[in-house]
Amino acid sequence: MTIKIRKFDTLIIGAGGGGLRAALQLARADAKVAVVSKVFPTRSHTVAAQGGLNAALANVSPDNWHFHMFDTVKGSDYLGDQDAIEYMCRSAPKVVYELDHFGVPFSRREDGNIYQRAFGGQSQDYGGEQASRTCAAADRTGHAILHTLYQQNIAAKTHFFDEYFAIDLIKDEEGYILGAIALEIETGEPIIIEAKTTLIATGGAGQLFRTCTNALINTGDGMAMALRAGIPLQDMEFFQFHPTGIAGKGMLITEGVRGEGGYLVNVDGERFMERYAPRAKDLASRDIVSRAIAIEIREGRGCGPDKDHVFLKVDHIGADIIKKRLPGIRDLAMTFAHIDPIESAIPVYPTAHYTMGGIPTNRQGQVVVPEMEGPEEPVPGLYAAGECACVSVHGANRLGGNSLLDILVFGRAAANHIISHLEANRYHRQMDMDSVEKSLTRLARWDKKGEGESVPELRTEFRKVMEDHCGVFREHSVLEKGLEKVKVLRQRLQNARLKDHSKIFNTARIEAMELENLMDVGIATVASALARTESRGAHSRMDYTERDDTNWLKHSLYFESGRLDYKPVRLKPITVDPFPLKPRVY
Amino acid sequence: MVADNNSNKLNRDRLLWSCRRGMLELDLLLKDFIYKGYETLELDDQKAFSDLLDYPDAVLFDLLMGKSITADQGIASVVKKIRTIATSTTA
Ligand SMILES: Cc1cc2nc3c(=O)[nH]c(=O)nc-3n(C[C@H](O)[C@H](O)[C@H](O)COP(=O)(O)OP(=O)(O)OC[C@H]3O[C@@H](n4cnc5c(N)ncnc54)[C@H](O)[C@@H]3O)c2cc1C
Repeated sequence: MTIKIRKFDTLIIGAGGGGLRAALQLARADAKVAVVSKVFPTRSHTVAAQGGLNAALANVSPDNWHFHMFDTVKGSDYLGDQDAIEYMCRSAPKVVYELDHFGVPFSRREDGNIYQRAFGGQSQDYGGEQASRTCAAADRTGHAILHTLYQQNIAAKTHFFDEYFAIDLIKDEEGYILGAIALEIETGEPIIIEAKTTLIATGGAGQLFRTCTNALINTGDGMAMALRAGIPLQDMEFFQFHPTGIAGKGMLITEGVRGEGGYLVNVDGERFMERYAPRAKDLASRDIVSRAIAIEIREGRGCGPDKDHVFLKVDHIGADIIKKRLPGIRDLAMTFAHIDPIESAIPVYPTAHYTMGGIPTNRQGQVVVPEMEGPEEPVPGLYAAGECACVSVHGANRLGGNSLLDILVFGRAAANHIISHLEANRYHRQMDMDSVEKSLTRLARWDKKGEGESVPELRTEFRKVMEDHCGVFREHSVLEKGLEKVKVLRQRLQNARLKDHSKIFNTARIEAMELENLMDVGIATVASALARTESRGAHSRMDYTERDDTNWLKHSLYFESGRLDYKPVRLKPITVDPFPLKPRVY
Repeated sequence: MVADNNSNKLNRDRLLWSCRRGMLELDLLLKDFIYKGYETLELDDQKAFSDLLDYPDAVLFDLLMGKSITADQGIASVVKKIRTIATSTTA
């Protein structure tokens, strides 16, 4: 069989904000860059980000990067690496001004400066008054950033492989990454994209859970590719959930609804948050509300025929107020839950939102793994940035507005490191055909005909298992059972067969490979959650309810073999004193 | 006939992939429509649907969630059909 080969200085897998920011930096430095994306670039998940990105510009309230750093370290429940956090917070203003120059239409104040809104978790003066730190382009920040970066990349002559699905990294015997194998979705033909450096920027893995806010494309492909290349995944047990997503669908019903007087009820019509948080009630913090919902359902007080959700009641607020203040939410509920909140309550369930864990990197974006020399040795030729990476600035919990910042800061930093690497490494290494063969065999496996399990059914089952066993309600026996079940499902996937064996636009084949990726990332997630016997940030265990800094102030590393390893948190910032450990209370 | 079926399937598969978007809401609305409404569309409407898929996600979101309207009659008609199917499906 013949296979097409294309050669570039740098291959970027993923055309979200992280991938495109890196590509632009490289293309402007005259590197020959290719960007591969399974969907058309401007359909990447970054478009979904409406809120904005944080930077201490001090345009609205007194601010500086050190306040921002404090909030991020605290928000991370002290699992964030303080050197990376310092780097991110210091770079934030520069990154925003650059975007402004590229043409992102930031909302402005009357004095012409960029407007900044208040967002949860942001404070002035190390935990004092609320800070206004979040820069936005109306309610289309992600869209504006993505479109601007795409246009700039076209102008800078970045080469795009649109609708190509990356299957695997290519790795030689010495451990160098030489590019990737991808599949042209339109023709079904594989292609080798050879590169001196490869950057993974494939985004998060929200599709792990039945109820999630993430688009269907967020299947953790890059994380699974890394696992298969022998790279561990870091801190996968930390997944951020939002308490109120439309049950079974996932779209966010924002806190604003509870702010307007909406409240949660169980099957008995009881306003149950009064029991869990007598003072804050329905406005208690996200993790408390999420867990309360899960407990109500586990204890049989869920609503609906399957008793698998609770209700968010808003009808008492009155039709006028709902129409005036919550029109977007009403439309979401009518479209996706098929109810009008003016008349009936909205069925809700905690929805998976953000993947804090990912491919371990240092703050230059180099992928790092434990080797003889130390816990963080760079994998030659490989970089990662964005939601698929774990640098780690979010630690155990991400703050709103920090992930757009993360993808841009570290997309750019990775590109800068790549530029210096390319100066010192001018030639491609020899292609490793064994590595190529291996992934072509994986691909060919889906050509097998005959009877077998159905991929869509396995996918539905898998996502439900993840939700039930590794969602917001976590304890030893639940997680242990979950791990077993997920492993069995992974085995069953080996016996799945496709009905459609056509080559052209065979989306069933792509979905099968996405499910393989999801399941591998899922196993990493459950195994890491089972092992971590403490509660920290988004990982909350019913059987270990406290944060345990003596034993667990460390990052987890899950390997494909099932082995878990750990490495220390980087508590020392670059230029300032470390923020000492404190309980995380708001 | 066989050729026709093949080209229909191909067209549907191509459209299905174009319905993979950056927002979950769009994924669900568009994919559902392919299965429940697309086949019954007149040719003009099928063309309009395909044009609609070329819109940027944020614009598509506002149209499909009823936050904005379009002067293009063809597009407006498909948007209405997508919304009708979405709101009438049982949960
Ligand atoms: C509803 C919602 C609202 C949000 N709002 C905010 C907010 O207001 N502020 C904020 O800071 N953050 C927000 N976030 C988080 C933020 O949007 C994401 O973390 C961020 O956009 C991720 O960007 P990325 O570049 O890492 O990846 P993405 O934008 O997800 O892009 C991933 C890219 O990888 C490509 N890809 C994936 N797999 C493959 C493969 N196998 N082959 C080829 N290509 C592949 C995709 O095609 C895509 O181009 C929000 C998230 C959600 C879900």
